[in-house]
Amino acid sequence: MTFEKIVFYLFATILILSALRVITARNPVHSALFLVLTFFSCSALWILLEAEFLAITLVLVYVGAVMVLFLFVVMMLNINADVMREGFIKYLPIGIAVAIISAIEMGIVITGNFSAGKTPELVRHAENYSNTKAIGQVLYTEYLFAFEVAAVVLLVAIVAAIALTMRKRPETRYQNPGSQVNIKKEDRLRVVKMDAEDKPS
Amino acid sequence: MITLSDYLLVGAILFCLSLAGIFLNRKNVIILLMSIELMLLAVNINFVAFSVFMQDIAGQVFVFFILTVAAAEAAIGLAILVVLYRSKQSINVDDMDSMKG
Repeated sequence: MTFEKIVFYLFATILILSALRVITARNPVHSALFLVLTFFSCSALWILLEAEFLAITLVLVYVGAVMVLFLFVVMMLNINADVMREGFIKYLPIGIAVAIISAIEMGIVITGNFSAGKTPELVRHAENYSNTKAIGQVLYTEYLFAFEVAAVVLLVAIVAAIALTMRKRPETRYQNPGSQVNIKKEDRLRVVKMDAEDKPS
Repeated sequence: MITLSDYLLVGAILFCLSLAGIFLNRKNVIILLMSIELMLLAVNINFVAFSVFMQDIAGQVFVFFILTVAAAEAAIGLAILVVLYRSKQSINVDDMDSMKG
């Protein structure tokens, strides 16, 4: 067994065990943290495949942004973990059964059709090969339209998330910049004529 | 040497685990969203493995787009969750029955 294979099995084991903990952890915060571990080990697997750009994107985008958002929401909401877990035991047998049956089916397909002799071998690139450059060369030429559509999708997500969660509270007092700018001197200031006072002697 | 079937098996097991997660945690919307993220990750593992073994970079470009859409989906899903919690004070799936569906 080569060193590469040992590293692969190490990270694959961490990936699967942490994914198992994501779905079985009692506390949603623990689930989110195990999901972070899952993403990290997956990005290690992708680095083994020389897909560095996606591995780094996974860590930056998922661990850095999406999982922080998850943790933020989990900690902001007051969740009663025990109420949430009722039905866990009830659905445990069918959950395990569905998972095992579909795993066996997929395993049969994979080991039957994609076994070692039938698929191409992994070809290692030369030392000066850049995965990021290769992706960029097709992303900004062939897939330019899809790239811009993805940008629009992100824009829609920003607008939708803000529009959904923003709320106006009637009891909160706001400034009205328009009326502040439009104010005239006569509205605020009154000059009162009065006689001069005598000097105190 | 790592083979293609190793990566495909990891993806398949991850997909089945997230499927079981949807069955087990059907009350908790947050864990459901996390299970969907795990499913997308399993799909991405398959895409990257095929892309590298078949030496076609298009698979990795596709994974890039899936990551984009998944991030947008997670953001909107969590925003809906926050709005739901504000109106119902709960994120239990059983409490979302006001439309009598």
